[in-house]
Amino acid sequence: MPVQIPKEKWTGKIREVKFGGTQEEGGTRSSSITLGGVSTLPFLYFEGDMPRKTVIAMEVLDVVREDYPALAREPFNDVLESPSSWAKTCVEKYGAEAICLKLEGTNPEEEDKSPDQAVEIVKEVLSAVSVPLLIYGCGNDEKDSKVMQVVSDATKGERCLLGLAEEERYKSISVATMANDHAIVAFSNLDINLAKQLNILLTDFGIKPENIVMDPLQAGLGYGLEYSYSVIERIRLAALMGDQMLQMPILCDTSISWKAREAHQPNEAYGDEKIRGPYWEATTGLSAITAGADMLIMRHPSAVKMVREAVEELATSGGGE
Amino acid sequence: MGMTAIEIYKLLPKTNCGKCGVPTCLAFAMKLANKQAELSACPDVSDDVKTQLEESSAPPIRLVTVGTGDNKIEMGNETELFRHEKTFYHPTAYSLIVEDTTSPEELEAKVKEASEVEFERVGQILKMGMLAIKASSGDPAKFTETVKTVTGKTSLPLILISDKPEVMEEGLKIASSGKPLIHAATKDNWQAMAELAKKYECPIVAFEEGGLDELAELTQNIKKAGVEDIMLDFGKKSLGETMRLLTIIRRLSAKKNFRPLGYPVILSLEGDPEKEALAAAVFTMKYSAALMLNDISKWKMFPLFTLRQNIYTDPQIPIQVKPELYEINNPDENSPLLFTTNFSLTYFTVAGDIENSKIPSYLQVIDTEGLSVMTAFAAGKLTPEMVAEALEKSGAKDKIKHNKIIIPGMVARMSAKLNEKSGREVLVGPRESSGLPKYLKGLSEGS
Ligand code: B12
Ligand code: SF4
Repeated sequence: MPVQIPKEKWTGKIREVKFGGTQEEGGTRSSSITLGGVSTLPFLYFEGDMPRKTVIAMEVLDVVREDYPALAREPFNDVLESPSSWAKTCVEKYGAEAICLKLEGTNPEEEDKSPDQAVEIVKEVLSAVSVPLLIYGCGNDEKDSKVMQVVSDATKGERCLLGLAEEERYKSISVATMANDHAIVAFSNLDINLAKQLNILLTDFGIKPENIVMDPLQAGLGYGLEYSYSVIERIRLAALMGDQMLQMPILCDTSISWKAREAHQPNEAYGDEKIRGPYWEATTGLSAITAGADMLIMRHPSAVKMVREAVEELATSGGGE
Repeated sequence: MGMTAIEIYKLLPKTNCGKCGVPTCLAFAMKLANKQAELSACPDVSDDVKTQLEESSAPPIRLVTVGTGDNKIEMGNETELFRHEKTFYHPTAYSLIVEDTTSPEELEAKVKEASEVEFERVGQILKMGMLAIKASSGDPAKFTETVKTVTGKTSLPLILISDKPEVMEEGLKIASSGKPLIHAATKDNWQAMAELAKKYECPIVAFEEGGLDELAELTQNIKKAGVEDIMLDFGKKSLGETMRLLTIIRRLSAKKNFRPLGYPVILSLEGDPEKEALAAAVFTMKYSAALMLNDISKWKMFPLFTLRQNIYTDPQIPIQVKPELYEINNPDENSPLLFTTNFSLTYFTVAGDIENSKIPSYLQVIDTEGLSVMTAFAAGKLTPEMVAEALEKSGAKDKIKHNKIIIPGMVARMSAKLNEKSGREVLVGPRESSGLPKYLKGLSEGS
């Protein structure tokens, strides 16, 4: 009995965003990363293109506070004090394709590191690894506007992804982004309309669409994951149906999954936390890429390994008839 | 996906005799399409048309039940490709596979494990769906013995796995009253297997690795043989190929009403424990009704159940608890009073932390329409007025002598206003409820 294979004919395609500046581009990265170019729902190769596998960046913080779970520290125990060594470990030992440097220590209510100190850290990381960089501020509007400007200047040519732009605070980071031809991460709060609105605001402000990556907020497994899953699916569907203001690549940060105590606290009833924790994060990541994420920012090396393994197998053999 | 009124009209006698209670066949067809009438009201439709119409109004993916009583598992009846379009209905049933070649001790241990894997999370009980017994030995006697042992030790519904009808029948003789799932009918054995499904009144899996054309052919044959309760298994494939096939089957059935594949899908993921875990996560999100696993370690099952819980909640309705005054650890009139929201996740997290503190307490739950503390606060659905009113309604005043209330650290900003509205002294608690045991102990030692 012949079965008619139903194929969707999408009219839209995800825009390509390139980050990481090589020598020709005035930077020092050994290669750049392109996101996007996708014209199908995740891993449905039989009806469209998904030219690249999910990119996995790993998180590096400039300060590690008490609430950073012990289990997630373990793989980095001897490098946590040094962002550059931490980044090096991520790249050389765990194969991170990019590094997301989060400058949380610049927060005026916490360590209050100065913009100069921030630049120092950024430079150290840049020289320690040759992969492309994402650089995030601390979330304090006033401070970020100072920090990100000097960071932008100091990384001219490196084409970093700078974050986070939000609806209420996007101007100074946009200025910093445009000043040195970086790209920007547009963060919205689990809402397709807000995601679109922010993209419109950013492009109206002068950022080119091919310099925007969206972060629609990845909630962790058990803590709102279903909202993220559906918002990402809806964004991706709208993009494939032709909504140009949602055709930016999507990035999800799975480090949030470590907020759940269930994920990593020792508890015999929930099984061995040494593998439960990474699997908790990996599951959060799998939900993001199943819904439509093009890039993940991840925390634990074992979780990275798991997601990569799944992506390899999802990507190599879905061609079918 | 039923037929339209016009499609139905074409099948009716077109005599406009009016015996159905409406003047014309077309009017009757419209009522049928809107499910406002029963086909039986027309005495003149042929049996042929009757079956045709009944089939068209049946759900696009058949609901298949395995097992009986409280433990029965329902699969199928899904209507959507994406959960945001409505919701997904029947959560993926995870099932452990055991073999009849396993030593009795190990078998016993595994069955025990499957029966005991059970978690409570945000007020829901999460447990295994079915237990699969594989006739790996090929020896009917051995299979019989294993099925006997297992039925005596678990109340989980069974899946009996063998491609040999004579072996299958031995298992069914013992287990059929529990309505096990027959795995499986193939292109070589389907006649005999379908006979068994009819004789023992059990649902059956159509197993075909060769492709969807062949699979559809097989289900058609089984159906013609008189078996309705069918599931699909297309065999073990790579993740990418599995994703493709599951998507195609879901689209064809739910959206195109393609009957030959309108059945829930069951797959065996058997691999190393970690690989199984990854595949299980992906295919919980994308379209499998049941998954059979070799390993059900808790580190794997707890996150997996949590994922399933997330994916299968109704997008319109967050899981909620009743907004009332809860008593934890047997409080008395001097015990501390706290408040939180009626979002299940929030309530159970906070209530759990208070329980751990062992300090007797009252917890006032506010109706925030199922939103978490921060979300509700940001959305204006958790205001000092609402907290004051909830306390008034629940009679906290009569039960509690003191005049204090502990509020979530995240909403410290409402302190002054809440004090004004409720007349209570407001104490700002920790931001994360995990800080409550320490905080509450500190309070009780301080006073
Ligand atoms: C899932 C989610 C949603 C879901 C709703 C889920 C739900 N049912 O509540 C949706 C998508 C609907 C949503 C919407 C919005 N959200 Co929202 N959402 C989240 C998210 C990702 C997780 C929330 C969650 O479930 N937390 C888990 C529960 C258990 O946390 P909790 O209730 O706060 O409880 C903890 C503590 O408060 C404390 N606690 C609780 N009770 C008590 C009691 C006492 C006595 C004590 C001491 C402690 C305590 O302990 C608990 C465990 O730690 C968070 C971001 C994040 N990762 O936290 C944003 C977040 C809460 N949302 C936010 C916002 C702004 C919104 C929106 C207004 C934005 C929008 N898109 O329009 C809307 C408003 C909703 C509306 N209009 O209906 C912001 C809040 C910002 C702020 N600082 O006020 C957050 C923090 C995201 C962010 N970083 O911007 N959201
Ligand atoms: S009873 Fe049947 S034939 Fe008569 S009007 Fe109704 S639908 Fe038509």
